[in-house]
Amino acid sequence: MTFHRPLPSSVVLRDLSRGFKGKTVLDRISLEIPHGRFVALLGESGSGKTTLLRALAGLDEDAETHGHFSVPDNVSVLFQDSRLLPWMSVIDNITLGLRRPDAQAAALDMLAAVGLADKAEAWPATLSGGQKQRASLARSLLREPALLLADEPFGALDALTRMRMHALLFQLVERQKPTVILVTHDVDEALLLSDRILVLKDGRIAEDHAIGLPHPRRAHQPEFATLRQTLLRSLGVEVDNV
Amino acid sequence: MTDILSARYIHAAAQAERREPFVVPAPTRATRLTPARLPAGLRLLGPIVVIAIWEAASRLGLISPSTLTAPSTALVTGYQMLADGSLLPHLLASAFRAYTGLFLGVVVGVALALASGLTRSGEALIDGLIQIKRAIPTLALIPLVIIWLGIGEAMKIFLIFTAVLVPVYINTHAALRGIDIGHIELARTLGLTRSEFIRKVALPGALPGFFVSLRLAVALCWTALVVLELINTQTGIGYLMNRARDWGQTDIIVVGILIYAALGLVSDAVVRLIEARVLSYRRSLGS
Ligand SMILES: Nc1ncnc2c1ncn2[C@@H]1O[C@H](COP(=O)(O)OP(=O)(O)O)[C@@H](O)[C@H]1O
Ligand SMILES: [Mg+2]
Repeated sequence: MTFHRPLPSSVVLRDLSRGFKGKTVLDRISLEIPHGRFVALLGESGSGKTTLLRALAGLDEDAETHGHFSVPDNVSVLFQDSRLLPWMSVIDNITLGLRRPDAQAAALDMLAAVGLADKAEAWPATLSGGQKQRASLARSLLREPALLLADEPFGALDALTRMRMHALLFQLVERQKPTVILVTHDVDEALLLSDRILVLKDGRIAEDHAIGLPHPRRAHQPEFATLRQTLLRSLGVEVDNV
Repeated sequence: MTDILSARYIHAAAQAERREPFVVPAPTRATRLTPARLPAGLRLLGPIVVIAIWEAASRLGLISPSTLTAPSTALVTGYQMLADGSLLPHLLASAFRAYTGLFLGVVVGVALALASGLTRSGEALIDGLIQIKRAIPTLALIPLVIIWLGIGEAMKIFLIFTAVLVPVYINTHAALRGIDIGHIELARTLGLTRSEFIRKVALPGALPGFFVSLRLAVALCWTALVVLELINTQTGIGYLMNRARDWGQTDIIVVGILIYAALGLVSDAVVRLIEARVLSYRRSLGS
């Protein structure tokens, strides 16, 4: 007889509910995400994506929360606004609170990896939107998180910059292999990057798609297009001719 | 600059009238929602105009010297007082009072703002007291403080100190309390310790508010001084002016006013210079 003991998953939610002032936003969500998976979380605006992510990040403690969840110790959050402290240089920002002896050297490597090697000493106010988000990504990944929580991190960027950020995020995540939960309202972004797509609706996970497409993915691949239609429809978009 | 622009405009308009085929119209400037930055020195235009009118009115006999002396006379008087050494001791006495009071007020104001902005017990103890002090005009304290401290230097410095303390506390405290919630969340997700949070997030975030308070305080310490130096002193600019009133010497009174103005402006400029250095990370509008 073999004693089979599966590796504990990275993220586990058991009947997690959360509401604000009596209004339920998340309604008994159960979910398991194995280590190293890239999960995209889709849903209409107001469906509770941010609420779920912030719950996992340990924020909004004053919300009414029931049920259980467990996340790894080393969690890093990538906010939509880059949240760089304006009074610190880029390198000081990304090493803030970092407790490792080689912080400076590692930070310079990471800045080079996100294409900001020459901006280490720059003030955040002098960076473009895309550069700020790259610095923010560098700050998150420098901590080598076991779980990366990203809330529409590219939502405010222009289309070209966003495409470059997709490639960069994918490449860096391939290198470190953290578990990723990426909140997005962009179906293509979800399809390009993730192994699994969850659709949040009425406070519950309404759909759960495994995405087996090989990388690099192209939007004109037939499977891609089919999934895209399905997802858009479940987000309430009429897609006869899309 | 306006001349150049209007000249170019007229030139372009003239060309347009001749109906030349490839006239490039004068560049229309984009609507500015904030005024363009003033070239250095142009700020002095208003004061110079006022002084010129004042001087002209005095020379034409429209203002008698017994009412108000001409600015040029005041300058000559000021220079003479400086040359014969009768001005400097008074200037130093005034500066000592103002800056000692300012220094104490800023140090204590910041210390109280930190205690109250960063700890609950501090806020419970301190904030109410300062709000009450804020409601009491400094001048209303003069009689009481004279009874406590007499009419000497201690009384003057103490009153400047209390006058400066309030705006320093209020603005620094408000800046500490008004810290960006996004920065607090960031600090939490980065796992900062409380001391790291205070040193790297809360204090730098409150610096702009502190500088606002410092500029108010610098102006205030001189304002308070004027009033206080009218009370039984033998030294100080205010004493000089008071004595000149008894003798009808309006030129010395104007010298005193000019000195107060100059000290106020110079102090403010120094604070702004430091502020621009310290807050150089901001790309700010205007000043
Ligand atoms: N701090 C809060 N207090 C009260 N209501 C909130 C709070 N945060 C979110 N909500 C509500 O929860 C619902 C889901 O919001 P959110 O999670 O931000 O949605 P999404 O990110 O999917 O657009 C919304 O109706 C929103 O108004
Ligand atoms: Mg959201």
